Amino acid sequence: MDAIQDYLLGLADDELILGHRDSEWCGRAPILEEDIAFANIALDEIGHADLWYGLLAELSGEDPDTYPDRLVYFREPMDYHNIQMVELPIGDWAFTILRQYLFDACEQVRLEALAHSQYTPLANIASKIVKEEFYHYRHTSVWVQRLGLGSSESHLRMQNALDDIWPYTAQMTQPMAGEDSLVQAGIVPDSSQLQSIWQAKVIPFLQECSLALPDLPGMALQREEHTPYLRVLIEEMQSVARSEANAVW
Amino acid sequence: MADLNIQEIWQLLDDIKDPEIPVVSIVEMGMVRDVRVDGQKVTVSLSPTFAGCPALRVIQEEVTRSLLEAGVGDADVRITISPSWSSEAITPQARNKMKKIGLAPPPHHQGSIALALMEPVSCPYCNSTNTSLKNDFGSSLCRAIYFCYNCQQPFEQFKPL
Repeated sequence: MDAIQDYLLGLADDELILGHRDSEWCGRAPILEEDIAFANIALDEIGHADLWYGLLAELSGEDPDTYPDRLVYFREPMDYHNIQMVELPIGDWAFTILRQYLFDACEQVRLEALAHSQYTPLANIASKIVKEEFYHYRHTSVWVQRLGLGSSESHLRMQNALDDIWPYTAQMTQPMAGEDSLVQAGIVPDSSQLQSIWQAKVIPFLQECSLALPDLPGMALQREEHTPYLRVLIEEMQSVARSEANAVW
Repeated sequence: MADLNIQEIWQLLDDIKDPEIPVVSIVEMGMVRDVRVDGQKVTVSLSPTFAGCPALRVIQEEVTRSLLEAGVGDADVRITISPSWSSEAITPQARNKMKKIGLAPPPHHQGSIALALMEPVSCPYCNSTNTSLKNDFGSSLCRAIYFCYNCQQPFEQFKPL
């Protein structure tokens, strides 16, 4: 797989796995509005994954109508290239909100850069997605404030969530394999620049929400490495499709 | 069968309703980006409103079926995201139809959604602006939920995009 295909697979898998986690709140969110909100957010993320998988299909000489389904429903967990942060279980509401916020903030930064990609199909998808992501970022940033500055319990849960998630965040802006050539060609932004912009965006905001940045190093993780949680997620997600592999949906 | 001309194709497409907002057509929604006729071959390009919209495939199938039933020999209905759809493309007629079913049309935003969201939203039932956002998300990807304190009814708004 060449560098651009690898990059697209990473983007797509991140959206898909996060979307799946978001969907796990359906019927279980703390209030009805958030049940509705997260069902929407989940569907948006899956739609975004579909766009990235579609472009990957075209670059791989595959049918964009069927290749995404094959990738999603018939790949083994070890062949997924998502970051570990998105495969972690939903935890409590504070964890879910913080994880989504940190990811949304990074997406804003990355998509704004990708919208200027020299590779037009990629720029077009990024431009489409960033408009929809606006609503996600708006939603989750308000919740981070609400919980961080809320009751002593909500604040404690947010701080615990931040302590747990922070080491995983570094992987969001870790360069993907073969990224250098893509950066040189102006196809994707430089990951270290993304990291600086993302930190400048989230760190002051978290502090305003009275959250303390953990003094913990970011973990250097490879996208092929996964926690045991991913296998459980994939088995559940694929169970219906695999039960009747030749079904026409 | 005589080849359909381009106006007839557009008319045919204007009869196809948005499955989630059945009073408006896909043409009025600005979803039909391009129509080309080349003898018996008709190519239609559709743009999704939201990327994850589950109605998109249904619309694509319905357009294909409609073209074939009208005698088109080769119907090619493709999805394109470039140029990306904007709620600015929704026609004034469609906006009025939305109001009639209690769906507030999206505010004009001219590229700045954040600013457009600061504008007061009128209740589609009583026109009062004594309304409040209850949820940025609603019963479909394109909708937000509001409440009108004047007539005491909830309503949805088509989100500016």
